[in-house]
Amino acid sequence: MATRTAARTRAAPRRDAAAAAARPADAPPSAALSRAQLLELYYWMRLTRTLEERLVALYRQTKVVGGLFRSLGQEADAVGSCFALERRDVMSPLIRNLGAMLVKGATPVEVLKQYMAKADSPTRGRELNIHFGDVGDPATTRGFVGQISPLGDMVPVMAGVTLSFKLRGEDRVGLVYVGDGATSTGAFHEGINFAAVQGCPLVVVVENNGYAYSTPTSKQTRAERFVDKAAGYGAPGERADGNDVLAVYDVTKRAVDRARAGGGVTLVELVTYRRKGHAEHDNQSYVPAGEIERWAAENDPIDRYAARLTGEFGFAQDELDATDARVRDEVDAATDVAEASPFPEPLDCLTGVYADPASAQPLWFREGILNAVERNERAEGWGTYRASEVTRTEAKIAGGND
Amino acid sequence: MSAVATEITYLEAIRQALFEEMARDANVFCLGEDIGAYGGAFKVTDGLLARFGESRVIDTPISETGIVGAAAGAAHMGMRPVVEMQFIDFIANAYDILTNYVATARYRAFLPCPMVVRGPSGGYVRGGPFHSQNPEAGFVHTPGLKVVYPATAEDAKGLMKAAIRDDDCVLFFEHKYLYRRVKAVMPEGDHVVPIGKARVAREGTDLSIVTYAATVWKALDAAEQLAREDGLSVEVLDLRTLAPLDDAAIEATVKKTNRVLVVHEDTRTGGLAGEITARISETCFEWLDAPVLRVTAHDVPLPYAPALEDFVLPQTADLVRAARRLAAY
Ligand SMILES: Cc1ncc(C[n+]2csc(CCOP(=O)(O)OP(=O)(O)O)c2C)c(N)n1
Repeated sequence: MATRTAARTRAAPRRDAAAAAARPADAPPSAALSRAQLLELYYWMRLTRTLEERLVALYRQTKVVGGLFRSLGQEADAVGSCFALERRDVMSPLIRNLGAMLVKGATPVEVLKQYMAKADSPTRGRELNIHFGDVGDPATTRGFVGQISPLGDMVPVMAGVTLSFKLRGEDRVGLVYVGDGATSTGAFHEGINFAAVQGCPLVVVVENNGYAYSTPTSKQTRAERFVDKAAGYGAPGERADGNDVLAVYDVTKRAVDRARAGGGVTLVELVTYRRKGHAEHDNQSYVPAGEIERWAAENDPIDRYAARLTGEFGFAQDELDATDARVRDEVDAATDVAEASPFPEPLDCLTGVYADPASAQPLWFREGILNAVERNERAEGWGTYRASEVTRTEAKIAGGND
Repeated sequence: MSAVATEITYLEAIRQALFEEMARDANVFCLGEDIGAYGGAFKVTDGLLARFGESRVIDTPISETGIVGAAAGAAHMGMRPVVEMQFIDFIANAYDILTNYVATARYRAFLPCPMVVRGPSGGYVRGGPFHSQNPEAGFVHTPGLKVVYPATAEDAKGLMKAAIRDDDCVLFFEHKYLYRRVKAVMPEGDHVVPIGKARVAREGTDLSIVTYAATVWKALDAAEQLAREDGLSVEVLDLRTLAPLDDAAIEATVKKTNRVLVVHEDTRTGGLAGEITARISETCFEWLDAPVLRVTAHDVPLPYAPALEDFVLPQTADLVRAARRLAAY
């Protein structure tokens, strides 16, 4: 499968020997990227956009169950930053970091199934959009922790993830994304402060995309630049043009390298723009006229990077076109698989509340359960919720004889 | 000539209450995320900014603790803040300041906290785990807070006006499933519904369903079906206020029908139905002809997939089945 090809490319050595030798000492980290890696960055951005466009189509067909949150125009910040991580590192995204999830190894099929609430989606229909994770042994897992809706909560969580790296002496780094709005939460401050005090190997990426829902950044903070907040935590700060994928890679890579070398927390601010509403239903009436169009025309991260690839880096347009076609094929194939997947069985949602099924609260009678049990549906594999217990609960209620 | 009375939605009723109270009392002001130009995520505050200006309709940073704390401070000084939680799920972020600070302020230090914290609650809309919760039980458990959860458009308006005028902190839960589905013609004049009084939503003699918010409508549907198919006369009691509970109304319906089903959308263990059941058993034991039954959500986080959400949340069929069991006891 083509996605795997890309993943293989990514695992390959990062530098072309010749390029590395010719590189001046103060060259940015991106100067060491191979041609394959340069094209790979393009691939991940294009995949993000195409996959989201497919999700929009599915949303319009009411096949996406919940809301849809786009990252149109922000693909470079998600992709370029996550590309600075190694496979063993751990990342936690925000709603608009689909690109980072893909770079870290989430597949289009998983994402599509998750949005469509399919039974074999990563959360088996329990959770939505990119709220899913894959952690554990770095040899077998991809290293991402799914976000939750309450904003900012993932910062302290990632402080803990990276604290564990430090305590165990593991050569691993964490990266957590927050929006400009999420920086106003208590959890953000508590998390970054804690991680800074403990010297955790954590990179906190603030995606400054101009708006939090309808609230412009000027109403979120009085600070002109988020990067200035770093000083308050005693941490270094880096800021970059979030629509320049290589600039994003450079600042993040430096922060990741610093964290790996024992330099603790870095706050990275990426300046970008949210071209779509908060979610698909938001008509952006609060955005000044012309602002979106200006960003689309002059500052599209994919267009900008494509122009650099064909200009400065000497790629042929054919190579980019072939990548686009490959992405389309992959998304088409993934859509077919996801659409054909079954929806979850109701009883499945009763399991897994606790690691130990015996800790689950007792079942009580409800028509749905009784019907299912009468049909002997999935009688096995649903933890403590066994037919016998239902029957017992029923008897208790019916007879009052307990 | 008076205009023909038109029906308005539950959402519009809340908006009307906010308008009227802000016009009536200059100390009333609103604060919350995206409530100004955008008019709130569900448009409850739409138009308030244009009418009352930025000093009384304040767009805040995403800082639930900060918002609630600031509201409390302003309330100490004689203001009457109305806080919007964009989704009630995020009230969890302000749980500390609401329970430790706001709820105890009067008792400890004679500090008044006349404020309202309102927000869209509840499920049945495929919102997934963090946009569907019913966190009322934790707040009902905390002395010092009042909790209101209306089921009808008339009550949404009348109780909101009462909440704003109340001298204590009122948590005002709005059911997002009802926002645009429930409508009514508003009573004329200054329509205020007292906090702490339940409402008989349907009279009956064979058994009572005690409930609140969205499940009031499921109870009414169930009562209809039970009347049609079983000839049962079901009384539906809409609690409207959860703290303080209207014990007299609960007692009255128990003594009238002698069989009680308590229903809510929140999860079962530690939910409000347990408290109501205990009160009934303490004060009305000899009036009961059957054990009190509860129909609630299952004790799991609310899942996202439609089939799963339908399964976890109480449905009309669940109420019908439980009521039949009660009636046959
Ligand atoms: C604690 C909390 N409060 C409110 C919300 C509702 N909410 C969801 S997204 C959002 C805006 C987020 O803005 P930002 O952090 O800048 O990220 P962006 O959407 O711009 O990528 C809000 C207010 C929430 N999810 N969590």
